Amino acid sequence: MSIEILMPALSPTMEEGTLAKWLVKEGDEVKSGDVIAEIETDKATMEVEAADEGTVEKIVVPEGTENVKVNAVIALLAGDDDLPAKKKPEQNADVAAEPVTKKDEKKQEKPAAPKAQIVEVAADPDLPEGTEFVKQTVREALRDAMAEEMRRDENVFVMGEEVAQYEGAYKVTQGLLAEFGDRRVVDTPITEHGFAGLGVGAAFAGLRPIVEFMTFNFAMQAIDQIINSAAKTRYMSGGQMSSPIVFRGPNGPASRVGAQHSHDYASWYAHIPGLIVIAPYSAADAKGLLKAAIRDPNPVIFLENEVLYGKTFDVPKFDDFVLPIGKARVMKEGKDVTLVSHSHGIVYCLEAMARLQEEGLDVELIDLRTIRPLDIDTIIASVKKTNRLVTVEETWPVCGIGAEIAARVQADAFDFLDAPILRVTQKDVPMPYAANLEKLALPSADDVVEAVKAVCYR
Amino acid sequence: MASRTSSKAAARKPAKKPAAKPVKKKDAGMDLSSKAELQAYRDMLLIRRFEEKAGQMYGMGLIGGFCHLYIGQEAVVVGMQMAIEEGDQVITGYRDHGHMLACGMDPKGVMAELTGREGGYSRGKGGSMHMFSRNKNFYGGHGIVGAQVPIGTGLAFANRYRGNDRVCLAYFGDGAANQGQVYESFNMAELWSLPVVYVIENNQYAMGTSVARASAQTNLSKRGASFNIPGEQVDGMDVRAVRAAGEKAVQSCRAGNGPYILEMMTYRYRGHSMSDPAKYRAKEEVARMRQEHDPIEQVRTRLLTGKHVTEDELKEIDKEIKAIVNDAAEFAQLSPEPDPSELWTDVLAGA
Repeated sequence: MSIEILMPALSPTMEEGTLAKWLVKEGDEVKSGDVIAEIETDKATMEVEAADEGTVEKIVVPEGTENVKVNAVIALLAGDDDLPAKKKPEQNADVAAEPVTKKDEKKQEKPAAPKAQIVEVAADPDLPEGTEFVKQTVREALRDAMAEEMRRDENVFVMGEEVAQYEGAYKVTQGLLAEFGDRRVVDTPITEHGFAGLGVGAAFAGLRPIVEFMTFNFAMQAIDQIINSAAKTRYMSGGQMSSPIVFRGPNGPASRVGAQHSHDYASWYAHIPGLIVIAPYSAADAKGLLKAAIRDPNPVIFLENEVLYGKTFDVPKFDDFVLPIGKARVMKEGKDVTLVSHSHGIVYCLEAMARLQEEGLDVELIDLRTIRPLDIDTIIASVKKTNRLVTVEETWPVCGIGAEIAARVQADAFDFLDAPILRVTQKDVPMPYAANLEKLALPSADDVVEAVKAVCYR
Repeated sequence: MASRTSSKAAARKPAKKPAAKPVKKKDAGMDLSSKAELQAYRDMLLIRRFEEKAGQMYGMGLIGGFCHLYIGQEAVVVGMQMAIEEGDQVITGYRDHGHMLACGMDPKGVMAELTGREGGYSRGKGGSMHMFSRNKNFYGGHGIVGAQVPIGTGLAFANRYRGNDRVCLAYFGDGAANQGQVYESFNMAELWSLPVVYVIENNQYAMGTSVARASAQTNLSKRGASFNIPGEQVDGMDVRAVRAAGEKAVQSCRAGNGPYILEMMTYRYRGHSMSDPAKYRAKEEVARMRQEHDPIEQVRTRLLTGKHVTEDELKEIDKEIKAIVNDAAEFAQLSPEPDPSELWTDVLAGA
């Protein structure tokens, strides 16, 4: 019996990758621990080690194949005849693979799970007609935004853990060290409080630091400097001293990383006067708004999303694409109900809207893009048209962005509401690790469908 | 801490051991010219009279909130200021009035900020602990204990980034010396050879807690040892010693040798803030420091015994200083409160 070698998952959020190279051929003997293949993800090239001994019987997926799904069979190994025949997954020594039984179950339960349908979103209507686009991932768009601004302004520099030689823990700063050198792309020790404060000082002195947090979960170590020093000093100095600084990095739940690495901080920072808070969904918004953030004279919290880093979008092909801060985007117009979300929350909305469309509900979707200052006018205008509102976000419900929007809308458009405002959020518990519990804790397209139907009394 | 009251600490017995241990004087090469001594006398006296007036005005209800007086520590900022040049930066914590005056900020603007008036440096929106002056390179005025240390390190980072030879003086106290972010800053400053002098003003008490009760290593000049940052203890009551140590440290920074630590052995005569009865130390301890180590009296005695100046000339200076402080106090009371519209300004800078 053959042993199946499966495409391994090399990061918490990896879904597929390129089988870049086979280092063995059919007929080769392999021992456990031998490097047998190289796999490219959108972040890096990784080596795959054999976890079993045997002879390579068949290479199922030839090298150079792109978009190989995690857990697809990539080769077969003829095992030791003395051993009882069984299937064994191949795994990278550094990455914990899922147990065999679970993989088998998965395959049985979900034979080629169809990709969820989502509604099509038209290009940003604010863009001039005839705009050309390039396909870019959010990760590339963010990198280009930083590189363009660093070319434009000598005062812009980027600092953080692993941003230079490692090229970013999530590869967002790829190529920056090579272009700008270690004076402007600065690897820091693991010292969030210290380097956040150092960045504020550099900003007081007139530089334009981009401070990357490996994730915003670690920025809690630095939150005093962000709030007490960066956000409040302009006011406390009567306008004399400002902090033109960007704090950026992935925020919110990724996948199976547990309670301390899954926290969405949008509402924490949105609470603070003196800060600007941006949380884009698309690559185009990521680029245009990060460029705007770097140019802004105020401290900006730029919340990215790990799950979205590898997603590809159309990005306008402009020499200098800068978007206005504080402006929401109506992603799709509709007449029955308004959905307001941001960042990865949009993913749930788009999937839910495809299903709601089939049921004859015409949903208007607003991507906030900027959380503070909140573009309440766009929300109010939409609610006055649809008379119903559902908010969607990946943080907890209490004092969240949805709570703030509900308060503002009931004050400004009370007479226009035909139903209570509902919020779709993460459940009010720390993020569990177990796959099934994590799924229950996160908001979902199902939750959005249910909330939209509820406000439509359907 | 700037915002903590001291009722608990006050209830405790006075600390047994008085602290200030002025370091042995290194007289050689330390002496100041009589002209420099006279300037130091004037600068220190301005701070003392200003602080006395601020204390008085606090008592009259003209100054609100917290007010941390610098009386006793004047030699530290005045001596350090003599060691730096135009363009070098200064940053400190919440006991900041002395630093601002030493940097050459206008006493009127400082006092009017204490009274929360339009004529204050922050137009009344900062208060005692939060004042800044871009012109005078004074970067605050920070109310969170220790927060100024990474910020000062960042000012030094900007100097290195720009390739100029400016130096930043980052002041903090013996209390802040126990904050983690101080050591995060030491590490980066040495790693990147940043031009920053860490001036630890060891006034012996972090609010009501003596250094010995809070610090495993009470010699704070050694706190940079594991980062290879040189450190020295300095008699912070002697302006000559401060200036000499300051010059050495600043020159080392300017030459690109990385950070330097100076532990200034000093003493505050008043409580931590205006609301601190200072029951954690004996009255005799304070009296002895005043009598034997007062930074202003030391200079005054040297000037008189060296016959560089007459009693009358000193009285003339005293009179001038008194007039400056009275003008500041008057300005601070006559300046109007900020316009209500100011509530909404300066939150964000216009793009």
